[in-house]
Amino acid sequence: MEHVKCECGHVNPHGTAFCESCGKPLEENTEKKLLDMRYEGSARRSQTYNKTIVDKIWAFFSSVKVGVALIVITLIASAIGTIFPQEMYIPPNVSPAEYYADQYGWAGKLYYKLGFNNLYGSWWYMLLIASIGVSLVICSLDRVIPLYRALKKQGVTRHPNFLRRQRLFSTSRVADVDDVFKQVKEKLAQRRYHIREENGNILAEKGRFSRWGPYVNHIGLIIFLIGAMLRFVPGMYVDEVLWIREGETKEIPGTHGKYFLKNEKFIFETYEKGKENEVFNAAIDRVGSGTVAKNYQTNVVLYKRVGPVVAGAEPKLKKIKEYKIRVNEPLKYDHYALYQVDFKQNEPYKMAFQLMDKTSKKSFGTVVIDLHNPKPSYNLGNGYRVELLSYFPDFYFDEDGNPSTKSKVPNNPAFVFKMLTPDKPKGEVSFVAIQQTIEPFGNNKYKMAFAGLETRNVSGLTVRRDFTLWILGVGGAIFMIGVVQGMYWNHRRIWLQRVNGEVWLAAHTNKNWFGLKNEIRRVIEGTGLAMPIDQAEEEKKAAQGGQAHGATK
Amino acid sequence: MKKQQRLVMRTVILLLLLAAVGYTIYSNFFTEKARVKVGSTAPDFVLTDLSGKQHRLSDYRGKGVFLNFWGTWCKPCEKEMPYINRQYSTYKKQGVEVLAVNVGETKLSVQKFVDRFGLTFPVMIDREDQVMNAYDVDRLPATFLIDKNGKVKKIITGTMTEEMVKQYMESIKP
Repeated sequence: MEHVKCECGHVNPHGTAFCESCGKPLEENTEKKLLDMRYEGSARRSQTYNKTIVDKIWAFFSSVKVGVALIVITLIASAIGTIFPQEMYIPPNVSPAEYYADQYGWAGKLYYKLGFNNLYGSWWYMLLIASIGVSLVICSLDRVIPLYRALKKQGVTRHPNFLRRQRLFSTSRVADVDDVFKQVKEKLAQRRYHIREENGNILAEKGRFSRWGPYVNHIGLIIFLIGAMLRFVPGMYVDEVLWIREGETKEIPGTHGKYFLKNEKFIFETYEKGKENEVFNAAIDRVGSGTVAKNYQTNVVLYKRVGPVVAGAEPKLKKIKEYKIRVNEPLKYDHYALYQVDFKQNEPYKMAFQLMDKTSKKSFGTVVIDLHNPKPSYNLGNGYRVELLSYFPDFYFDEDGNPSTKSKVPNNPAFVFKMLTPDKPKGEVSFVAIQQTIEPFGNNKYKMAFAGLETRNVSGLTVRRDFTLWILGVGGAIFMIGVVQGMYWNHRRIWLQRVNGEVWLAAHTNKNWFGLKNEIRRVIEGTGLAMPIDQAEEEKKAAQGGQAHGATK
Repeated sequence: MKKQQRLVMRTVILLLLLAAVGYTIYSNFFTEKARVKVGSTAPDFVLTDLSGKQHRLSDYRGKGVFLNFWGTWCKPCEKEMPYINRQYSTYKKQGVEVLAVNVGETKLSVQKFVDRFGLTFPVMIDREDQVMNAYDVDRLPATFLIDKNGKVKKIITGTMTEEMVKQYMESIKP
């Protein structure tokens, strides 16, 4: 492709809409009166070279239309992803494939098939986001470089056709041109315009830096995307859940067996009348005493394992620190942070039963069962003994009607006891669940009477380690700088030129034409120069006038 | 000349972008996110079985290890246990060891379960979830086939048929 030489002598790249230097329109387009000033009429290179496959891919991603389409598709996909719950919110013990089909029928099935159940993790969603990233890079590169070049190479003396086809344009005759130019120059300088002169013509410019705003913004976005990408690099990002009961010491998941945590106590407090300052009484009365949460807290001890890490081996622990984890006050250590996120109160811990004669109500002793470590047999002395035949921590009847357990958590403990007494040496069998007793082999003489329940609280913590956070922060900050740069500054240019004894004034801005007009009004005040006409508004008015005229006919 | 430069530039940029996207997609979908991968060395662990004997995985070098994670409430586990038990009686003589790790239930429940099915291989309880964490087990049953060099040969999640159990044991025979 050859270059295009303008009559002013400047050589432009192929595809340029108007000369980079003098602004003479190169591709004659007589239909429109005004010049399209986007990207300074520079050649978007991708549209001009389209030979190899690389160029074709480049051209595809360089299109803003493609970029917008990608964003719209991503938006629609994200919206669809909110119709049914995401996989992380469905019950953990069911197969997702079955769950979606059972709950939502064929729509759920399709939802699961297409990967909407885990939208952010589905390959096509990631590909969409990645394509947006690629589009961002290529779109920006393809525009910022020619734009930079065009703005750098712009000449002061412009072709009359360029000036005439600017949105703001006027011609005037003044007595002393030199004096007027001098006045205008002074005023422009006061308004911080950068002034260039050539052959007695003036180009005043300010705020060019605003033109880089969108590209700075895109750089921020790309850094943000890189940060998000780095989360997939092993070790960069840890996000685990730790459920820990009071009194328990557990390995902290995600630390590769290096750290252990002990839960000393979980505390849940509410605002109660009498405990708070009197001024809050009215407010507490309004919502009810003890209904509003005040504090969720886990008192913990952090330990580090010393010596080699062998899973399952009794760990040798070194105490590191004690801490009170509260909401928004995580325990931080070695880049790990433990946040309070959930809790479960009053989980059964120990249950007590009395071996009792059903008729005389006489008790022969109490059995205390640790629900996490029940013993096979409890001796009560004097020939009385209780054997634990079966234990179901989370009792239910399964499909075949057999007593079974749903999990290892003692949510609903049930027991099969064998009561051995001097008068019943073979023993009596009794099935005991909460509020329920079954005697499978007929009427028993003895029973296991419920004699108390000890509970404890379970604290739900989140384990986090995130080395990508600062990258996301930097990306976000650059993003905002770009937004501010493009929003609060305007790129304004004013051309003053002597043409055939007249003074031609033209002006352009990338936004806020009202502001530019006001500025020009103040600059030319008292100089005898004519206020430029807004040709875009004139056109609009003409068009509206024509319509109104047509309507009255 | 200039055109050529441009083509090179574009190719380089596109390749860079492709590499970034490719890495993300690859690391997400084609590598196991679990800490234990096929081909890597199985993390060592020490657990005590119901009879009080300590088992250390690394002591089983030279033998194939059929490492099974299970729970008494897990119906598929219940189903495959007799299969494993039967096949174990054959493959034990051929150098295949079964280690059945219960995921932290009470000794009573585990013992009753073992008695009910007459399990002959060592059954151990991972009381503090340490081994589960090390192997990143979240759904039961989960089985790790470990060869005589201590390398993970295959990871199976879900129920196995007796035929599958047999094949798997065959595959880790030293």
